[in-house]
Amino acid sequence: MTTVAHEKLSMAQALNRALRDAMTDDPSVVLFGEDIGALGGVFRITDGLTAAFGESRCFDTPLAESGIVGMAVGMAMNGMRPVVEMQFDAFAYPAFEQIISHVAKMRNRTRGRVGLPMVIRVPYAGGIGGVEHHCDSSEAYYAHTPGLQVVAPATPSDAYTLLRAAIESPDPVVFLEPKKLYWSKEEVEFPSRAAGIGTAVIRREGTDATLIAYGPSVPVALEAAAVAAQEGRSLQVVDLRSIVPFDDATVCAAVRSTGRAVVITESSGFAGVSAEIVARVTERCFTSLAAPVRRVTGMDIPYPPPKLEHFQLPGVDRVLDAVDDLSWEQ
Amino acid sequence: MTPDSRRLLPSATPVSLIDPEGRAVENSPYPAPDDATLLRSLGKLITARRLNDQAYALVRQGRLAVYPSSHGQEACQVAAAQVLDAQDWLFPTYRDTVAAVGKGVDPVEALSLLKGDWHCGYDPYEHRVAPHATPLATQLPHAVGVAHAARLRGEPTVVMAMCGDGGTSEGDFHEALNFAAVFQAPVVFFVQNNEYAISVPLARQTAAPSLAHKGIGYGVPGERVDGNDMAALLAVLGTAVDRARNGEGPQLIEAHTYRMQAHTNADDATRYRDDADVAAWVHRDPITRLRTYLTARGVLTDQAGAAFTAEAEKVATHLRDGLNRDIEPNPEDLFAYVYASPTPQLREQSAVIADELSREGAR
Ligand SMILES: Cc1ncc(C[n+]2csc(CCOP(=O)(O)OP(=O)(O)O)c2C)c(N)n1
Ligand SMILES: [Mg+2]
Repeated sequence: MTTVAHEKLSMAQALNRALRDAMTDDPSVVLFGEDIGALGGVFRITDGLTAAFGESRCFDTPLAESGIVGMAVGMAMNGMRPVVEMQFDAFAYPAFEQIISHVAKMRNRTRGRVGLPMVIRVPYAGGIGGVEHHCDSSEAYYAHTPGLQVVAPATPSDAYTLLRAAIESPDPVVFLEPKKLYWSKEEVEFPSRAAGIGTAVIRREGTDATLIAYGPSVPVALEAAAVAAQEGRSLQVVDLRSIVPFDDATVCAAVRSTGRAVVITESSGFAGVSAEIVARVTERCFTSLAAPVRRVTGMDIPYPPPKLEHFQLPGVDRVLDAVDDLSWEQ
Repeated sequence: MTPDSRRLLPSATPVSLIDPEGRAVENSPYPAPDDATLLRSLGKLITARRLNDQAYALVRQGRLAVYPSSHGQEACQVAAAQVLDAQDWLFPTYRDTVAAVGKGVDPVEALSLLKGDWHCGYDPYEHRVAPHATPLATQLPHAVGVAHAARLRGEPTVVMAMCGDGGTSEGDFHEALNFAAVFQAPVVFFVQNNEYAISVPLARQTAAPSLAHKGIGYGVPGERVDGNDMAALLAVLGTAVDRARNGEGPQLIEAHTYRMQAHTNADDATRYRDDADVAAWVHRDPITRLRTYLTARGVLTDQAGAAFTAEAEKVATHLRDGLNRDIEPNPEDLFAYVYASPTPQLREQSAVIADELSREGAR
């Protein structure tokens, strides 16, 4: 009989705990990246892991993201489960060719003979007053590439369970960690309930309209729903957690139950994940919809400098305005 | 310069053990491989040439989409595989089909990519041969990862990582050498400098004194070798593999050779080089050279020569038969290997194609 324990953890601590537990359970799990050893990573996600597991299990590499991801491919080919850290979203771009041409395609290329059980951790998105190149929402690039799984937790509990699931997955995972949620805290239950990759969750029940969000925009959706409740409107909130695979079943059941939906993403709207969600929901739920599905997204601009970033971030007011627009007069 | 950094520099001229006339080179720093080894190599070279030319012919017959031939570079191809043990890995480029075959891959499976049946036709784990890499130099960091994983587990595996002269200009070449050096990964980086990257000559790739000189910037010993000299290749690559296995870290070997044919059959080499340049390399042919050497030493008998030709014919027939056999492609395969198990969306899309096919059948 395992006893259930609760611990109040920030998302950063939950991620650290997931790495530690995975390394304890499986000696083939190895961590590497830039400044993740002695420093514990610029966000301290790997804090203490080199001390606990030794330099061969958690180590710093030369500064070269393509080399980091490329070396992870080779190690995954040869019996390891590498978990690599990209220091910031925009600094993963040098690794783009490795991710697109090899990480995503190796299993398919080899008819399933060479799978790549590896995780690429990316601190991502904005809202922290970061300067240029530190706040990109890069999920669409990865989500557009068959062969990758793309997840983005919104809570410490999900951060823990999704990272454990990502490390155990036989396929590569791009693990997007919303930077602005690193310090958000929650009671995390151990042993944890398994949040599988590919499953969305209803974060808040509601009957009038459905807000669909993931990662950094989930707290915005929840706050908007709380405000709307005071105004007498019942909003349901779906947290996707996993962008790829996409949980059509949960999302569509939710939208059908309310007949109205707003998709919220921090990333630019054009050709983004939000556009995909609107298309999927519209194709599948058209006859249940009382209004066109609306989007609240970042503008189609390069991520702004810190003093202007609040214009870019989807906020509660914009979400509520979009909700107001959902043809209520009918 | 410290003695240590001198150790990293290649020899002033490429290492050579047998000259283009087939005579032993005096006072080489490397001992020549024994006659029995070289005789075996000759057999492999003859088969390699036959494979190259058979594959080229099969393009003209429409059985292969394209073939980047290693005609003229066979000594590099044979040596790269011959110096490895079964536990070692080979990372080939699109031009290194013959090296992959040398490591044990079935030539028909090795050419699946170019036949168009599937991207990689062989099981990389069976003979420890990675899939042919098409994006230049991107396979080199993988080689470092395979080597580093083996080293962490205490396995004596060595990895042979191949690329061309053009590939050395890519960022991943730099990153892989740097990572291998920092982690002392047992990798032999083997560059076949055939003087061209499609149409672009070596002078446009680098201003370095040689490609092997690039090693010193990473702390990796570099060596240059005559890439049409089978004996020198076995000696230099064999030494590099031994050193890597003994924990001395990565090595960078540059073989000076020449691409005797166009980049692929789809290329027109007359637009960027003269026939006279190509002709000058004919008398440096690796097979003629080794044959002359072994004949002069009385090692190559008519009988052995005939056996080599027969073996090469057998392999060519196997290749022809294999490539002439049409495999009915299964569209379900398109969805089966994207992930370990297909996503719900891929299952839906697979069903769409199955439905299209069943309606076609019903028509
Ligand atoms: C990243 C990348 N850029 C461009 C190409 C197209 N390409 C294929 S082969 C080739 C030339 C490579 O020359 P080299 O490395 O010398 O090898 P060789 O073909 O001579 O064996 C080019 C440019 C490619 N495959 N990958
Ligand atoms: Mg070349």
